Amino acid sequence: MSAIFSGAPPQDGLGYSFKQSPTAVPSGERQHGFYPYTDNGGSTLGISGADFTIMAGDTRSTHGYNINTRYAPKLFKIGGEGPDNKGARIVLSVVGFAADGDALQEKMDTIVKMYKYQHGKPITVSACAQRLSHVLYNKRFFPYYVHAILGGIDEDGKGALYSYDPVGSYEREQCRAAGAAASLIMPFLDNQVNFKNQYMPGSGTGHDLKVRQAQPLPRNTVEDLVRDAFTSAVERHIEVGDGLQMMIITKDGIEETYTPLKRD
Amino acid sequence: MDSLVARYTRPAYEEEGQSHQDQQELSRAGPELSLKFALPPVAQSASWLRAMTDDYSNPNCPIKIAHGTTTLAFRFKGGIIVATDSRATAGNWIASQTVKKVIEINNCLLGTMAGGAADCQYWLAFLGMQCRLHELRHKRRISVAAASKILANLVYSYKGMGLSMGTMCAGVTPQEGPALYYIDSDGTRLAGNLFCVGSGQTFAYGVLDAQYSYDLSDEDALELGRRSILAATHRDAYSGGSINLYHVKEDGWVKHGFNDTNPIFWETKLNKGEFSNVTSELV
Repeated sequence: MSAIFSGAPPQDGLGYSFKQSPTAVPSGERQHGFYPYTDNGGSTLGISGADFTIMAGDTRSTHGYNINTRYAPKLFKIGGEGPDNKGARIVLSVVGFAADGDALQEKMDTIVKMYKYQHGKPITVSACAQRLSHVLYNKRFFPYYVHAILGGIDEDGKGALYSYDPVGSYEREQCRAAGAAASLIMPFLDNQVNFKNQYMPGSGTGHDLKVRQAQPLPRNTVEDLVRDAFTSAVERHIEVGDGLQMMIITKDGIEETYTPLKRD
Repeated sequence: MDSLVARYTRPAYEEEGQSHQDQQELSRAGPELSLKFALPPVAQSASWLRAMTDDYSNPNCPIKIAHGTTTLAFRFKGGIIVATDSRATAGNWIASQTVKKVIEINNCLLGTMAGGAADCQYWLAFLGMQCRLHELRHKRRISVAAASKILANLVYSYKGMGLSMGTMCAGVTPQEGPALYYIDSDGTRLAGNLFCVGSGQTFAYGVLDAQYSYDLSDEDALELGRRSILAATHRDAYSGGSINLYHVKEDGWVKHGFNDTNPIFWETKLNKGEFSNVTSELV
């Protein structure tokens, strides 16, 4: 009965995500010659605050060591009107295989629009989050090769952020980094957003130390954190760079900004 | 002639866009739980999926699915204790330290999550739907035996397709009393008093078997659940994060916190003198 749990996955050194270099084909196991996935690199990140959510992603798209384009957005407004998605309140970010990401984004956009036409009201983020989970799971046996993050404002006006694995397990979180540089950015976020391993100054030494409780951060602080996270990731990861696209979701709508990153 | 032309001509864009069925699916009101899954265009879809997602047989697989867990549940006179850790790993990467591995199927049934996170979340939500439908059809709550069998039959029908889940269903009903079932993706379904599931199961069994008795008080039972998970997080690298504790009683389940392991570990060590293999001073 414990066949599937009996062994831990084999260990051959630490598997940092930046070490998983662009291998096109899995070694040994190739039987079918059917390899529909490419890793287009890049990284995304989302942080939710008291009354806003910030989503961000770099705009580089790579294939192996080649840079395909310096501007391929990974952030998508979902369910707005017209070509500019006016009035949208939900942002989906997808990183991994760009074609799967685009397909997923189009599907979610259609779903959210159809919901609005049929119910006469916009979908809530929690409902959209669950629907996205089911959309991903519907391809459980032929997965979308994407790490999705969904951001919006919940029914109480608070920032909402949901993160997904490729087959649809999801969780609401305060912050999440995904993609190539996730292993570089996520530890930074743990420390700066959730105050992991931070203690109150002067609260004692050794076991007397009091942990610093996490609290929602103000918007300016979060924007600075996002920029710092990406400028640092660009320094140490080849698949991240060129530009930083940010979407700030508040009750008044979505503000989109673009800041250049190093292009080397 | 016209009829012949009509028969053999098709609209130029018939194949494009979405079919009628696709459109209906996109516009369906509720969050759907359909049983129609997309399959890759290959003969052996199961082994293809394994090559793409199974990091055990292929460490370089492109899609890493979250794994790794310790979960436990045991029956005692006061009901059932369910306890889990909260770590999800993808290879060596800790994907999350805050996973909710106890899934609230409804207000008196709990499921636990080990193996593929998405498989457990999706199918236990599906089970929740089936349980609600049973209530509406039969005007009474479903028994734990029946609920667990729905899940067992379901995963059995997908046997060999690559689902990975080891779950426990815990609930208290008037006809059964406290009932606990283990179900896994091989199709196994077992009733029992005590189960631990996941990569840290052996460590949890070690503590649980040593201290377990059916006549435990509520407080002692909760403490035993917490202590068993703590032992597993201490010795199993794939387990950690927080301890999630539930107590299932006849009138529903009660949550007893989602607490970080680190302070619990130091409290256990310093106040009870356990874990004496770990030093508390810097040498």
